[in-house]
Amino acid sequence: MLELVLIALVKSVVVLVALLLMVAYLTLMERVVIARIQVRVGPNRVGPFGLLQPIADGIKLLLKEDVIPAQADKYLYVLAPALSFGAAFATFAVIPFGDTVVLWGRRISLGIADVNVGLLYVFAISSLGVYGIVFGAWASNSKYPLLGGLRSAAQMVSYELCLVFSVVGVLMLSDSTSLADVVAGQAKVWYAVLQPVGFLVFLMASFAEVNRLPFDLPEAENELVGGFHTEYSSMKFAMFFLGEYGSMITTSAMITTLYLGGWRGPFFPPVVWFLIKVVAFLFFFIWVRGTLPRFRYDQLMKFGWKVLLPVSIANILVTGLVLAWTS
Amino acid sequence: MFLDYLYAAGFAIAGFIFLLLALWVGALVQPKDPSGRKLTTYECGEIPVGQPWSQFNIRFYVFALSFVIFDIETIFLVPWAVVFKDVGVVGYVEMAVFVSVLLLGLAYAWRKGALKWAL
Repeated sequence: MLELVLIALVKSVVVLVALLLMVAYLTLMERVVIARIQVRVGPNRVGPFGLLQPIADGIKLLLKEDVIPAQADKYLYVLAPALSFGAAFATFAVIPFGDTVVLWGRRISLGIADVNVGLLYVFAISSLGVYGIVFGAWASNSKYPLLGGLRSAAQMVSYELCLVFSVVGVLMLSDSTSLADVVAGQAKVWYAVLQPVGFLVFLMASFAEVNRLPFDLPEAENELVGGFHTEYSSMKFAMFFLGEYGSMITTSAMITTLYLGGWRGPFFPPVVWFLIKVVAFLFFFIWVRGTLPRFRYDQLMKFGWKVLLPVSIANILVTGLVLAWTS
Repeated sequence: MFLDYLYAAGFAIAGFIFLLLALWVGALVQPKDPSGRKLTTYECGEIPVGQPWSQFNIRFYVFALSFVIFDIETIFLVPWAVVFKDVGVVGYVEMAVFVSVLLLGLAYAWRKGALKWAL
């Protein structure tokens, strides 16, 4: 019993620290890649190749004064960044990042929990992130955040439908909502090959879910200042920031797990394959940001409801037809 | 399996502890001077004018309503997808009818202009 608790504790702490480090260096990676795309040098002053930049940023945020506006709703104002951060990180609990390994004679599965409703857990927890944004926007009691929060809520609920619909195709193939089973089902061929339409819909919808360009209207700087986090400063702003980049990582991990065979791959150990695939997607997120302009809001809603939603529903019907035909 | 839920909860608690720790350390080292104009909300440097809770587009409400309808559809679709290979063609036809009804609803909303952002 004590052993189980200890293993779970060590796994949780290691994964949490690894995620936080990944988030920190994702910010650096983003700045360097964007700089290269724009033919600039990017951060290179703090430490060798700018490698200590995220740590310097963290310390700076920690040392800034934490201002709570006088008109703000205090409780919700504090709760919002916590929710945003928590939703992004707690999602990672059910994603398997490797096969079982044997350490000191004990079999340890790499993945914090193999919940049998894994996929539902992911959607349930990650959609709590919307509350973080809406609470933060409303509690700030300010104009720009309120508009940003409303936009964000409408956008996220619209694209969440497309996410869930495109995943139904995967569920039909895997017969299970457990993510370990989904990975096991891709031993022969990736679901991205069997579900190309679902894969593309999921990819596009996840850009809207994590509020990234070309769908970053909730925080469009040139119309809404900072969007929902305009009134936030110091560590509370950092929490929103961690939440946003954390959800980028969990979304990449989800795409990897659902469509690209998860940790499966030849030659390298499973964890390395998992990291390669996740980082490839993170690079893709950044690459798109450096390449595409922002959508207009009516275009965004039109695209979600009139293109992605019908396509993802059609994908379910066609998948069902093919499966019923072949079986 | 029940244990796995505990692990997931434990991970969430670990995250929460990190959060509290970060806020606590921050509170120890940050300067605190809640005074003056600093505490007003941001409006491009001007003194805020009028109510912050301004009117917003009714479209947000319409989209939220449409979301609820389709979100409930997903609740039916997920269990169906998991047992799809067992229920076979009959199950497929039944779900196809159900989905078509909702697609008709989407087409109706589309026709009525509920999915159009600009009026």
